[in-house]
Amino acid sequence: MRFSIYRYDPDQDARPRMQDYELNLEPTDRMLLDALIRLKAQDDSLSFRRSCREGVCGSDAMNINGKNGLACITKIADLPDKVTLRPLPGLPVVRDLIVDMTQFFNQYHSVKPYLITHDAPPERERLQSPAEREELNGLYECILCACCSTACPSFWWNPDKYVGPAGLLQAYRFIADTRDQATAERLDNLDDPYRLFRCHTIMNCTDACPKNLNPALAIGKIKEMLVRRAV
Amino acid sequence: MVSRIVVGAHYGWRDWLAQRVTAVIMAAYTVILAAVLLLGAPINYGVWRDLFAQGWMRVATLLFAVSVAWHMWIGVRDILMDYVKPVALRLALQVFVILTVAGYLGWTVQILWR
Repeated sequence: MRFSIYRYDPDQDARPRMQDYELNLEPTDRMLLDALIRLKAQDDSLSFRRSCREGVCGSDAMNINGKNGLACITKIADLPDKVTLRPLPGLPVVRDLIVDMTQFFNQYHSVKPYLITHDAPPERERLQSPAEREELNGLYECILCACCSTACPSFWWNPDKYVGPAGLLQAYRFIADTRDQATAERLDNLDDPYRLFRCHTIMNCTDACPKNLNPALAIGKIKEMLVRRAV
Repeated sequence: MVSRIVVGAHYGWRDWLAQRVTAVIMAAYTVILAAVLLLGAPINYGVWRDLFAQGWMRVATLLFAVSVAWHMWIGVRDILMDYVKPVALRLALQVFVILTVAGYLGWTVQILWR
């Protein structure tokens, strides 16, 4: 299997370069991450993040043949013989396939991704009906890998002002939660031409999400709620 | 003034909704105009003049022109917000776009009611 991998060490390299690798796969190599770990054994200067190796932690998000995805759940069998790997687009590169996610997480934190309540805590848990709980499906599963936000041109142009699909999916996760008591403040926080309305529904986010979530749908629901509360 | 990044303009949904409403108006006008032209007699100067001599056609056309202008302003402003980073330049371009659109609208009124 052949690889072309983005290499860049800001301390040593004047500019990024693409490095070619050849790798003989073992029968036990199932996922792209298995191959990357084998490449790392060949060339220990090759840098990438990985942790859980099963699509739960979101560490090994990268641009695989032009599309963002997680190396650990991308099957080698589904890839062509030559694989081009680049870091997630739009974010500053720390080294090789490792990007600086500060802006991404700043936007995530800006939507207050936690339950806000004003009442005294109940004796037991805060209850939801099955239908109310159902609304959170497709939202809470997000692992914050940043595949969606870094596939979004609006996030490329305005990462400091536009929340981005991942942050907006999380925003809707708490707007949709019947136990949350800060819905109006959350909507006020997003009623902004930059924070929310940079989304022009091109749906790169939904196309990229390795967990098959639909940030574009969540963003549409936030817009609908803003209109619904005003007209 | 320190240059900090500030957001929170508290507008957005009105423009978002306006873009959709104006799109529906433009689509409806296009269908009506196409129907009038396709179902009517062969188009010559007389047919065209008679069509636009009617009050409803003038009002509908003005409504269409206003929709185009409003829709286009929101879209062009979005493009300027995405790509033009210096605030002074962005404001200048936005003023230019508003004046241009207003000029076209005035011209449309003049043509329709000449």
